[in-house]
Amino acid sequence: MGHYSYFVTIFLMVAGLYVTIARGNLVKKLVGLSICQTSVYLLYLAPGKLIGATAPIVAPQYATYSNPLPHVLILTAIVVGVATLALGLALVVRIREAYGSIEEDQILAEDGRRDAAA
Amino acid sequence: MMAVLVVAVAVQRNLFSVVVLTGIYSFLMATVMVALDAVDVAMTEASVGAGISTVLLLGALYLVRADEAKPMHRPLLPLLVSIGVGVALVYGTLGLPAFSDPSAPIHTHVAPRYLNDALRETGVPNVVTAVLASYRGFDTLGEAMVVFTAGAGVVALLRRRRRDVGDGK
Amino acid sequence: MKNDLVLRVVAKLFMPFMLLFALYVQFHGELGPGGGFQAGVIVAAAVILYAIVFGLPAARRLVPDAIVESMMAIGVLIYAGVGVAGLLMGGAYLDYFVLDRDPVHGQERGIFWVEVGVAITVSSVMLKIFSMFASRGHDPDE
Repeated sequence: MGHYSYFVTIFLMVAGLYVTIARGNLVKKLVGLSICQTSVYLLYLAPGKLIGATAPIVAPQYATYSNPLPHVLILTAIVVGVATLALGLALVVRIREAYGSIEEDQILAEDGRRDAAA
Repeated sequence: MMAVLVVAVAVQRNLFSVVVLTGIYSFLMATVMVALDAVDVAMTEASVGAGISTVLLLGALYLVRADEAKPMHRPLLPLLVSIGVGVALVYGTLGLPAFSDPSAPIHTHVAPRYLNDALRETGVPNVVTAVLASYRGFDTLGEAMVVFTAGAGVVALLRRRRRDVGDGK
Repeated sequence: MKNDLVLRVVAKLFMPFMLLFALYVQFHGELGPGGGFQAGVIVAAAVILYAIVFGLPAARRLVPDAIVESMMAIGVLIYAGVGVAGLLMGGAYLDYFVLDRDPVHGQERGIFWVEVGVAITVSSVMLKIFSMFASRGHDPDE
């Protein structure tokens, strides 16, 4: 059962991907994207763990530590993820004000109507 | 547990409950990260993912004020694409090392140097902080700039007052 | 919400502890879990709590807009400034070894200032994004 962590990660990632591409609501797409990003954090952190080791803070009473390198990468990734979410939500707010809806089908229909009328 | 939450997020149409479920999902992810010995990352995920993300989503929902519409056609093609991607990923990860394998390449290249020399070279016991601020300091500079750019971008997008454009739901 | 007694008292009671905890996380980031990002987010969360309970204009009086906007840039400038200080002292960009009389103290000093810069930027950006979202729906009362 050595690959169980990978299977959980893949299920979460695929579910997030499905929510992103299958739902037409813009806010739900962003939520699906953030779920997909969170599962990628798990994908990076799981291989760094050693059973019986402790957190990577050097102290005299511990001998083995978990790998600190994925932690550094994922710290950056989390902050960049929330930055992306903030910008995406700002765009959704502006789209709502310009087109009156946040459903993808209605926005595209309205856009086509405006292009035909112009 | 998290799988149940994600399926619920996919099925739910009330956006407020979707946001709350996402907050719960972030907290569970932070708990899993503590179990994986990633304490710094867990603190960041709990505060940023479950705190700031939820606040921003609620703020956007307050401005947008809608619920998800009923899907007009059955999403068969996206489901097949997702399952295809999942199968490809499972096939790819079968070749990766098993969980907690001390001889995996991730533990043998540069990590032992960081763990052994961080306290001696930088005087900081928290190896993650030492690597983040000193060994990989350029990456953190880029990240600070990304955060600043996001803030500037949101200010640029949302600065002026809302004009009266058809206040329909 | 500012008419509810329980919320008012609890929010005013929590804020100093949250800010103290943020400072603790910031300065003990070298000895335990923590660091600049977490501390910045906790500071932003404390001020957001105040803004949610007492209203955005009260939070604006507490932390004026000009200060938040300049803090966004000052944090990144502190970080880049540490790099330039490394250049001025004779090393490479972002070289901490030359910042003090011996390399280990130079590293500690560099790491300290870098984390302070990151915390300032993160806290002010999170607060600014929240106030942008919160003030978009209606005209802000000044």
